[in-house]
Amino acid sequence: MTTTTRPVGVGTVVAPVAPSRPARQPDDGRRPRWQRVLFVLALLATAVAFLLPFVWLVSASLRPREYVFAPGFLPVPFAPDNYTEAWHAMPLLTWLFNSLVVGVAAAATATLSSAWVAFGFAYFRFPGRNLLFGLVLATMMLPFAVTMIPTYLIWNRLGLVDTQVPLWAGNLFGSAFYIFLLRQFFLSLPREYFEAARVDGASYPQLFWRMAFPLVRPALLVAFVFEFKASWTDLVKPLIYLRNEQLYTLPRGLKVILDRFGYGGEQQWEIVLAGSVIATVPMIVLFFLAQRHFVEGIATTGRKG
Amino acid sequence: MATTVTPAVPGRRRRTPLARREARWAYLFLAPWIVGFLAFTAGPMVASLWLSFTEYDVINAPRFSGLDNYRQLVSDPQVARSLGNTVYYTALHVPLVMVISLALALLLKRVGRLQGFFRTVFYLPVMTPAVAVGILFLLLLNTQDGLVNRGLALVGIDGPSWTTDPDWVLPGIVLMSLWSLGSTVIIYLAALQNVPRDLYEAADLDGAGPWTRFRHVTLPMISGALFFTLIVNTIASLQMFTEVYTMYFGNRQTAGSFNSDAASFYVIHLFREAFQFLHMGFASAMAWLLFLVILAITLVQVKLGNRFVYYEGEDG
Repeated sequence: MTTTTRPVGVGTVVAPVAPSRPARQPDDGRRPRWQRVLFVLALLATAVAFLLPFVWLVSASLRPREYVFAPGFLPVPFAPDNYTEAWHAMPLLTWLFNSLVVGVAAAATATLSSAWVAFGFAYFRFPGRNLLFGLVLATMMLPFAVTMIPTYLIWNRLGLVDTQVPLWAGNLFGSAFYIFLLRQFFLSLPREYFEAARVDGASYPQLFWRMAFPLVRPALLVAFVFEFKASWTDLVKPLIYLRNEQLYTLPRGLKVILDRFGYGGEQQWEIVLAGSVIATVPMIVLFFLAQRHFVEGIATTGRKG
Repeated sequence: MATTVTPAVPGRRRRTPLARREARWAYLFLAPWIVGFLAFTAGPMVASLWLSFTEYDVINAPRFSGLDNYRQLVSDPQVARSLGNTVYYTALHVPLVMVISLALALLLKRVGRLQGFFRTVFYLPVMTPAVAVGILFLLLLNTQDGLVNRGLALVGIDGPSWTTDPDWVLPGIVLMSLWSLGSTVIIYLAALQNVPRDLYEAADLDGAGPWTRFRHVTLPMISGALFFTLIVNTIASLQMFTEVYTMYFGNRQTAGSFNSDAASFYVIHLFREAFQFLHMGFASAMAWLLFLVILAITLVQVKLGNRFVYYEGEDG
């Protein structure tokens, strides 16, 4: 219901192939130079404040235990061994691998099924279309807490608690955000193009798979990247569904590290910090690889990262 | 924009065989979502409503208990505390995020080529897993050696005990939440860049100063984005879980730690009732109360929003 309201201009941002970034506005020529300098300085100060926590995190993770909280931003004394120690203390490699597998499974299923459903909403005219699409949007408003317990009971009944299946299998049915996003893209494709293919005898699945799907590849990438990130950073589902430490994803494992080495008897914050860096770096790398898609995804759907 | 060009389908009642065939295919495309909706949204909603009138511990069959859970819900001080904390957090978090993000977006719009760099910096925290954010700020907010209080000391302020003083736990959490406002900045930036330039030129011709331009051109033109982020951020912050759970809750040593009251958020309390104490019925009742709270707040926002939001292409 409320989600049908969109930021002004969203419709214009969405374009079929390689949605163009809104052209950067040239600097306001009339603005005096000193004002621009002032703006840049204000942004620089804020940017430093945003970056300092990262700098501290990396630096502190490279210091010996008793220096973790030492003043300054340099890793002196230097203790890279923290990482090998963390690596040996906890099955970090297993967790890293689990996060990767679950993330790819979650993102691939969400993207494929959402695209399939979105095409249905975009291409066909059928009774109840607007009502059903309204329902899709309305589900975005439902707090996850309302469905959390019965959903757990379903997976429990299916004997799939303490497996990784509940972490991604729900995505097989599409996800409202991506259905909404992809529908926008499908709607912007010229319809005559599909009708011509119909006349030439193409079936509907062929229209979807051979024509529509490749044409909205940039939007598919947006959905994939967002869902991968959502899965990679999620703590709630692993907390509910996983018992066996060997099945944990990184955030779940990181919580164990915090409970054991942070709050636990002998505090070993350097291990907790090294683990945090290991969980964070892959996301930062992904961001730099897919930066354009993140920015587009947010600007078009307004999805909270 | 939602209108698509379709071959005219004659009559609403009587559909041609072609239209029927097309409708069958349409439902085939929608089938995954319909199945998912029934199995993972509508079904669970009904089940959760039913469970909220029972006592259920997963091991034994649910036992009908009427309104017991709801009676307990309104009289439970723990629930009241966690709801109060959550609303307090939302009331601080949402306006702060909106104002700061708008200020940053306005600055970003004016720095030309540097925009990409700053945008990246502001978005990076959003990429950091929430568990890592929780851990990081637990240490940054540390009373003696934390970065935050060290910074405050530089300007002569004796920082509070963010993580141990019950009065300062929530402000500390709000501070942490501001670090991740990058996506709101990007939404505002996109909206600002879509404001037609000629509106500013027209305002200039009318002799409008910077404040008048902002008040009468910028704000109305981005009101859709402001409204959207107001609703999305409110809904999300009423469901705050991971960062705070990471910082103040957990198994063994941390369970029921010094701060479990001061840092108790509604969904955290709900989660513990359900999965730690196995009070599935009571937790379901809590979930429905949350749903009603979110629904009520959203409806009020929509009602108020409709008065202030300007939509492109709207008549009058």
